[in-house]
This record gives sequence, C-alpha cells and structure tokens, in this order.
Amino acid sequence: MFTALFGAFESGIIYAIMALGVYLSFRILDFPDLTVDGSFVTGAATAAILIVNGVNPFTATIIAMLAGFVAGCLTGILHTVGKINTLLSGILMMIALYSINLRIMGRSNVPLLNTESVFTHVSDFWGKIGIDSALNSMLVAIGLGDSLPRTWGILLFMFVITFVIKFLTDFFLRTEIGLALRATGDNQRMIRSFAANTNVMIVLGLGLSNAMVALSGSLIAQQGGFADVGMGIGMIVIGLASVIIGEALFGTKTIARTTLAVIGGSIIYRIVVTLALRVEFFEPGDVKMITAFIVILALVLPKFIDGYKERKRKGRRQAEYRKAVGVPEEGNGGSSASIK
Amino acid sequence: MEAVLQLNNVHKVFNEGTPDEKIALNHVNLQLNQGDFVTVIGSNGAGKSTLMNLVSGVLLPDVGEVKVETKKVTYLPEYKRAEMIGRVFQDPMAGTSPTMTIEENLALAYSRDKRRTLKKGVTKKRKEYFKDVLETLHLGLENRLSAKVGLLSGGERQALSLLMATFTEPSILLLDEHTAALDPSRAELITSLTKEIVERYQLTTIMVTHNMQQALDLGNRLIMMDKGQIILEVDEEKKRTLTIDHLMQEFKSIRGTSLTSDRALLS
Repeated sequence: MFTALFGAFESGIIYAIMALGVYLSFRILDFPDLTVDGSFVTGAATAAILIVNGVNPFTATIIAMLAGFVAGCLTGILHTVGKINTLLSGILMMIALYSINLRIMGRSNVPLLNTESVFTHVSDFWGKIGIDSALNSMLVAIGLGDSLPRTWGILLFMFVITFVIKFLTDFFLRTEIGLALRATGDNQRMIRSFAANTNVMIVLGLGLSNAMVALSGSLIAQQGGFADVGMGIGMIVIGLASVIIGEALFGTKTIARTTLAVIGGSIIYRIVVTLALRVEFFEPGDVKMITAFIVILALVLPKFIDGYKERKRKGRRQAEYRKAVGVPEEGNGGSSASIK
Repeated sequence: MEAVLQLNNVHKVFNEGTPDEKIALNHVNLQLNQGDFVTVIGSNGAGKSTLMNLVSGVLLPDVGEVKVETKKVTYLPEYKRAEMIGRVFQDPMAGTSPTMTIEENLALAYSRDKRRTLKKGVTKKRKEYFKDVLETLHLGLENRLSAKVGLLSGGERQALSLLMATFTEPSILLLDEHTAALDPSRAELITSLTKEIVERYQLTTIMVTHNMQQALDLGNRLIMMDKGQIILEVDEEKKRTLTIDHLMQEFKSIRGTSLTSDRALLS
C-alpha cells in the first residue's frame, strides 16, 4: 500500500508539470488545447530516441521541451493565422503529431531499460549522499519497514523541478509580457487597444504550455522506462482533472495559489486513481473511465454543493422573515395560494 | 497648427456587390489639430462607429488615407496603431481585464507605447505612480490597487478604463459613446472626468455620443453625421452659442427631414 501511494506521489509530481501546461492554455489563455495528447508523446519520443542514441539525458530532455514548444506554436499559428477554431486546431495538431511521433521513434515503442536517464543520474548522486537509508530507517521506526521505496531521490528531485517550474510560471505571469498574455485570455479586444499583438501572445502561450507538457512526457518516459506512441491518449483530460480538482480543493485566489493547487490536484488525482484500481472490480484498462468520472464529479459536485447551500440560505431567510412577520409555518402551496 | 489626425477622402462600403451593400462612409475628410476635442453626433447608421473603427484600425478603408501626426497609418494593424491611440468603449466590461487587479490593469495600459519585456509589470515605483493617477478619479480606487477589476461597479470600471486610455498621453483619444451604458449620475461623473482628463493632458479627442447636451457641453468642435457623410461642422466660436434646437433645425434644413433618433431626442 505504501509503495503504491509512494509511486502515485512520484508520478503525480511529474504529471504536475503537464497539468501546469494545461492550466496555462486552458485557464490563462482560455484556449482548450487538445495538442497536449500529441505533444506529451512528442516529448517522450524525442527524449527516448535521443537517449537511446547516446545523447546526454539532460540535453535530450531539453530538446524534448523545445519539440513541444514548436508543436504548441504550430497549433497557435493554425488558430491565429489560419483562423481555425480553437478546438479544431488542437485536434488537427494532435492527429498530425501521432504520425510525427511515430516518425521520431521509428517504431511504436522505444524501451529505455538499461540506459541512463535523468533519474539514474539523480539516483547515483543521491546514493552517494546516503540520505535514503536515514529516511528509510525512519519509516522502519514508524512501522512501515516492510515496503521501502527504492529511492527518495527521484521524488525530491522532481519536487524541486516541478516547483522551479511553478515559480517560473508565477513570475512570468507577472511580467509585462505575462500580463499581456493573461489579458489576451481575458479580454482580447481590450489588450489589442493597449498595443499588444494578441496573435503573438496566443502562439507564445501555447508554445510554453506544450513545452511543459513535453517536458513532463519526457520525464514520464524516463521514469517508466519506455516511450510509447499511445501514452498520450486522454492526457488532456488528466490535465484538466488535475486543474479542476486542484482549483476546487485548494482555491484560486492568486496565480501562485492556483499553480500550487494544480500541482496538488495532479498528486491527488494519481492517488485517487491508485486507490480506485485497488478495488477488485476495476481492471487497469478502466483508468480512463475512472478519470472521466473524476472530472465529471469535480465539475458537477461544486455546483451541486453551491446550489444546496444557496437553497439552505434562502430557506433560513424565509424562516426568519416568517418569524418576524408572525406568519405561521406553512406548506409549499400556502404562499402561492395567497398571491392568487 | 499641426494636424494630429487626418482623414483624407476615406470611403468604406460594407457587403460590396450584394443586396445588403451599404456605404458606411462616403468620401469623408476630417482634420484634427493638436488639442482639438471633437464631438460627433448623428442618428444610428450615420457612420459614427465606422469612423472610429477606421481611425483605430479595427476596419481598413476601401479608398483614402488615414494619418496620425505625420505618419501614414492607413493599413497599420490595430495593435500597432494602439501605441498612439487611446480608446474607451461603450461597454464598461470591454475596457478592462476583469480577472486581473487594478494595478495589473494599469500596468497593461502603462506598457502601451513601450516594448513589453520580461521585467515585472507592477513594481513598487509604478505602484506609487498608479496611486497618484488613481487619486485623480476621486473614487478611492487608489486604496484598492490589488482588488480584482471584475469586482468594481460599471461606473468605476468605466472611470478606470478612461484613466487607462489616457494616462500615457496618447496622440489621439477615441471615446465611443462611453457614457451610454451608465445610469445618469454615473454618466455625469464620467463626463466630468472626461472633461478634466482631456484638459489636463491636452488630448486630441473624438467623442461619439447620442446625448446632444453632452455633445454641446464638451469639446471645442462638433460634427454631425448622416448617411456616411459629415453634414455639419461647427467650429469653436459657433459652438459656444449652439443649442439643441439649433442643431435640430440645422439637420432639418440640410436633410429636409427631422433628426429621427429617439435616443437623441430623449437626451
């Protein structure tokens, strides 16, 4: 159980980078960008094929990010220059990327076993410091000694990376360009009247968003030990799930708060899926259905709760009013009958 | 005097070659000198909005040229022209970004004529400056710098829009019925703010309005439009003695019919 949750946490924090990318396009730019399903794999495929061919994994990861950036920019150009509807330009790019990803990999699956990756470097480095044994002995002390994680290094390393990206995003969105980007998602007519080129903003925003998605994809490939052409299916929904769950649970008061919420949402999503799959009824293939269900729940539940609170509040007011005026408690038909 | 805005022989047709063809502007000439404040009146469909859109670059003319200061901007895209042109729209929601704070909105406007960079949009120094300019609105907004603009009332938002459009001192200010969507007391507030701000920065301004009294009270020149043409131009001297009745008579004598705009009459 602990190992499973630990794994969920670890991949949740890697997928959080993808969720931050989705947040950037979906919420900040108000652009439902389906490119994500393709660019996630583009990141994974680029990194995998470069690593297999002996490129340093850090360099490979950065190139993967650039590939994602280009993919996002292309979607933006389809929309702004080609004047294609937002959803459709994302779908077109996604479908084109499927073939491109196959071309990049040369086959549908590239295994990364026994090759070095960003994480083997981190683990090696981590092993030399020897904090693992200290942390593990702590776990043993609190009675969780029977299922120790391989290494804490990856988790902590990913925490650092994800938070660096979070803080960079927060900072960027407060710069002059970042403000113009946010205004583009909010009120295009207005920001054009303040001399910002909204087309450039959309292309830039989608580029950055998909660079994050591709980075996440390349790291997932290196962590999981393979890149597969189908690994991006439904990624946009997972990203949305993370954004929506995070926002609902942790709030959206400021940008910094929201990006933190998105990271939290990503981790919680992974934990929920992990727990759900431990229910005997579910098979691994049910993950997508569970995901869809979580998103629906996260979308519907807050409205339902708000509606319930509103009704309750009104009911209370009504009762107070009756008390004040001295009208006795009546049934539902009473008040309408008196109006007639 | 130096011309800040020149429209030379500007012509615009919508839906050309279809049964819905409509000449929105019919070979219009207009020149604004430095510090001119022109109010534009006319019934619906007279071409007032088209005129504004051609100046701001939302629409491009079929024939003719548009010059701002000495620069020919006829085919310059909207966002480039916006460096020199401030605008306030009719809809109070249109001029600001609701999910962003007051200071962030001002920072957006502050970057109008500058290159946007990766430096922070809202700095301490700018905050002080924003506070100073917000104080001139007398609405207490200077104490709510970090409030989201979506929480402001329509009047407050329009006052903020007006400030954002003007405090960088653009060459031209375009006001497109910017008080029409407000209740009378708020409209009055925005009108007086407009007067104050235009005087303070000596802005060259075009204001479209349906409110004849407003058109007479504000500005040093007045033009009346009908069917895509400027049918009456009133200069500074004549405008001082002008009344609504005069304007109605003028229209009647030029067009042979009475000015039929309920909104114009009501106000």
